[in-house]
Amino acid sequence: MEQFAPLRRKKDGQPVRYLVVDDSVFARKNLGKMIETFGGEVAGEASDGLAAITEYGRVLPDMVLMDITMPQMEGIEAAEKILQKHSDARIVMVSSVGYQENIVAALQRGARHFVQKPVKADVLYEVVKYVMGDDVVVAAMADGIADSAHA
Amino acid sequence: MKMELIQPFINAADAVLGQSMRCRTSVGEVLMAEKTYERSGIAAHIGFTGDIEGRIVFDLAPSTAAYLASSLSGTEIEAGDEMAKEAVLELANQVIGNAVTTLNNQGFNFKVLPPEVYLSAQGLPASQDTEALLMSFDTCGGAVFMNIALRYTAQNSRKTAVSA
Repeated sequence: MEQFAPLRRKKDGQPVRYLVVDDSVFARKNLGKMIETFGGEVAGEASDGLAAITEYGRVLPDMVLMDITMPQMEGIEAAEKILQKHSDARIVMVSSVGYQENIVAALQRGARHFVQKPVKADVLYEVVKYVMGDDVVVAAMADGIADSAHA
Repeated sequence: MKMELIQPFINAADAVLGQSMRCRTSVGEVLMAEKTYERSGIAAHIGFTGDIEGRIVFDLAPSTAAYLASSLSGTEIEAGDEMAKEAVLELANQVIGNAVTTLNNQGFNFKVLPPEVYLSAQGLPASQDTEALLMSFDTCGGAVFMNIALRYTAQNSRKTAVSA
């Protein structure tokens, strides 16, 4: 898998921490691999919206990658509930179902972006950089030392 | 079966398989199936209700499912591993999701039931008044079969006016 310049939190130079929410173990694994190539860390995983709410409060990640169609509670509702408690949560919806109403509904409830499956690593990397904004820096590939601010 | 209905699934399968298997794919056999469908390997079944009713089955030989699982996960997965089944479900999820996006944007309103691994050795009939299309995609990991039996529901027959 392609390697990307590591993304580090600006405040402490630590890897960006992600919560990955998807009912497919495969999707979670695949996103986890991509996160590794971004120099990030999977702080938690959940397989449905209800578990995602609990897990968010436990790990307080920098970013959530959230599927839409899941059992128990769908991703859009889970995103809304997380944002009611944590208004600064950065949630990116990741789904194969990308029709306009779905995207608009997710954004209206506070999701920051939408990525359609199958996920391309370079697309997700750019979305992560965009959503993290000034809170992330791009480190040098070789030594992982932050060398430039990147929005 | 209308081509406008099945084309989004063919396009989505081609795109998703190419990306998942990390190789070029091509359409192999295309047949109209009159008999019940009997799985040959690991099969995922997805049902539809609403403007569009019926089902789609994805069917992969265990070795092809293992290839897909290895490609998706980036780690070697043996044929027969539980993860191979998960990979077939994820493939079905992604193909259906992409096709649903296209059909929804065309104005169709329907519900997709969660994909299930289809374990029965017994055949799946096409729905009462629906023939089934069986097609294969040739990939670097082996053939992937897609069996489509879909129809417009009677109350929404006006949808047949949608241009192909």
